[in-house]
Amino acid sequence: MLNKNIQLNEQGNLKHFLAIEGLKRQHLTQILDTAESFANVSEKAVKSVPILRGKTIINLFFEASTRTRTTFELAAKRLSADVLNININTSATSKGESLMDMLHNLEAMHCDMFVVRHNQSGAAHFISQHVSPHVSVINAGDGCHEHPSQAMLDMFTIRRHKQQFGHLKVAIVGDILHSRVARSQIHALTTLGVNEVRVVAPKTLIPRGIQSFGVHVYHDMKKALTDVDVVIMLRLQNERMQGALLPSKEEYYQLYGLTEEKLSFAKNDAIVMHPGPINRGVEIASSIADGPQSVILEQVSNGIAIRMAVMALTLDRAPKN
Amino acid sequence: MKTKKLDTVTLDIVTTDNINAINISDLLQTMAGQISKKIASFELDEVIIVGTHTGGYWIAEKLHQQLQIVNPLGSLSISFYRDDFTHIGLHPEVKPSELPADIEGKHIVLVDDVLYTGRTVRAALNEIFDYGRPASVIFCALIDRCEHELPICTDVCGLSLKLSKQQQIKLSGPEPLELTLVESP
Repeated sequence: MLNKNIQLNEQGNLKHFLAIEGLKRQHLTQILDTAESFANVSEKAVKSVPILRGKTIINLFFEASTRTRTTFELAAKRLSADVLNININTSATSKGESLMDMLHNLEAMHCDMFVVRHNQSGAAHFISQHVSPHVSVINAGDGCHEHPSQAMLDMFTIRRHKQQFGHLKVAIVGDILHSRVARSQIHALTTLGVNEVRVVAPKTLIPRGIQSFGVHVYHDMKKALTDVDVVIMLRLQNERMQGALLPSKEEYYQLYGLTEEKLSFAKNDAIVMHPGPINRGVEIASSIADGPQSVILEQVSNGIAIRMAVMALTLDRAPKN
Repeated sequence: MKTKKLDTVTLDIVTTDNINAINISDLLQTMAGQISKKIASFELDEVIIVGTHTGGYWIAEKLHQQLQIVNPLGSLSISFYRDDFTHIGLHPEVKPSELPADIEGKHIVLVDDVLYTGRTVRAALNEIFDYGRPASVIFCALIDRCEHELPICTDVCGLSLKLSKQQQIKLSGPEPLELTLVESP
């Protein structure tokens, strides 16, 4: 059968990990199950397994990141791979070297994987189409497109708390327009078969036609949060906003900031998530971010297990260099 | 051949009839007897039984009961320590390993169903040492195929079999435990 998804090899297994869109439930479940078996690696005296010994992984971050870059680096180290972090601001691209030249030079150093973050949508796809056959590419966030490993660590966190996806109502609140995390989450949640996905934001921050993704659009927080099992807050992406999309941060907090009063409309055992970094007092009250329903720090820990799973699965059966 | 009270018996030519005649409970009893001699000088709370996923775990479960070991049973999934990852990739259903919290200074009884090349034991030993430094490790297998590729042998074994390369022996379980001979063309 002709395989049109460039993320998959001829056998239908993950070769690159670029987007949730286009992956089937079995792929997502395999990532979650594999991550589950990596989750207790951090509890051993030696916090690593030798599975990617001898592999070289390059973190190629064209955009600032703390959590994602460090958890990808830790994940690679816990799999015993050698990992290099290339800081683009101080690299030769700032001397005028083209992206393709830089890639070919890095490949000449016999690397096996690129983890790519870029402010342009489609950057990781582009790179995956120009690397040697033995090299895998992982998207660590591309423009406003997707951030698939973030979505999978969120799914992992939800599954650990709620076990099943089928009965869940999930609200995603905030800057849906600029959020690659929201896009990946919506694809992951609908692929895993949750009961209902709601997106909540002022009209200016909801992309047109988002209903075609199978989500319900709300502009009122209290209605949107009524009876939900999971509340996912998003960061206001000021760096991507052009023009006056919001009257003021204070007014945004008033209408869409997660406070104890608004959260009381959700189910009593609802969990609160945020991909970070948090703007306290803009998207979320400190009392919620640090409160008993918050799983924000668990998301960070789970990020390591998910990134280990994605790296191990994409380098699985990879032809030898 | 009908197995009697076995110490270690070697079957030179193996057929399905031989395999069907094997009484696993007898083998387990023999193994338990041999293990209890080996651990006689240890404090019981210093002994931890660990089975490799999945067949080894079933055998370990029975031995754990028979020997009345106080520490909880451990399980090892050696998928992340295999030496053939680049050839065959990740096992499709990887299970997490579970070892009792602290194995430092403990006596480990490592149990597998079939010892063939020795590569599983090599991987299991590496994984055990990532959890801590045990005082000793005893290796027990229900079946020893006697054709090792690494310098690894059993301390306790239920039965030695000489199988041809085309023959494979499979343990199914956990209830009932049964051995099957699989012959590939």
